[in-house]
Amino acid sequence: MPIESQLAEYRSYLLRFARLQLRNDAWAEDAVSETLLAALSKPQSFANKSQLKTWLVGILKHKVIDILRQRQREVSLAEDEGDGSEELDALMFKSDGHFAAQPADWGNPEQELNSRQFFAVLEACADKLPAAMGRIFLMREWLEMPSEEICKELGLTPTNLYVQLHRARLRLRECLELNWFGNRAAS
Amino acid sequence: MKFLRRTCKEVTVLLVARQDRDLPVIERLALRLHLAACTACPVFERQLLTMRNALQRWRHYSEQ
Repeated sequence: MPIESQLAEYRSYLLRFARLQLRNDAWAEDAVSETLLAALSKPQSFANKSQLKTWLVGILKHKVIDILRQRQREVSLAEDEGDGSEELDALMFKSDGHFAAQPADWGNPEQELNSRQFFAVLEACADKLPAAMGRIFLMREWLEMPSEEICKELGLTPTNLYVQLHRARLRLRECLELNWFGNRAAS
Repeated sequence: MKFLRRTCKEVTVLLVARQDRDLPVIERLALRLHLAACTACPVFERQLLTMRNALQRWRHYSEQ
């Protein structure tokens, strides 16, 4: 198969992750187009599809970081103050700081964490985070950037970054409990 | 020992924060003392470990 058609096969796959990270369709399209162009300009042969994919995702991550850098101001612009995080705290805890309800035992879900269905729920939960918070969270968890680097790229203070990451992790936990672990325990 | 006492709410903040930065030694101590005496927070801690594990697998899955 010619390299062009091989690459085209991965377009929608790459777009999915670019969208999740950038939270902007036009930017995501740009990142993926640039990735495919870069791949075409120095085609390499791979023993299998998995290696090709790994190579493409690696290029995509660089392109995505470039866009985050260029769009710094728009990227880190947080939405309105009321992002629902206070409400989540109030649901989780009583006023004396105790849990309102005992957290659920999620068990030891080794196998199911590798399932496509689980990854789909995980991605849907990440996508539900407010855009600025979601970008920061994905920079940490998908791009694996160190905290200091995220602060530098987005012009955030460490305190600001940690607040955003904290809220994102609590929301993700809540979302996974509601849409995956909780359902499973109940059934 | 009052200065080492933390509520569950405070402990969850520390448990989450630990994933992104090193905690001061006093907070690490307060955390251990609380976790040894509490039933709810260790469950929360295991949830966070499961999440970390899940995110790691997801990252791996995104790359191949």
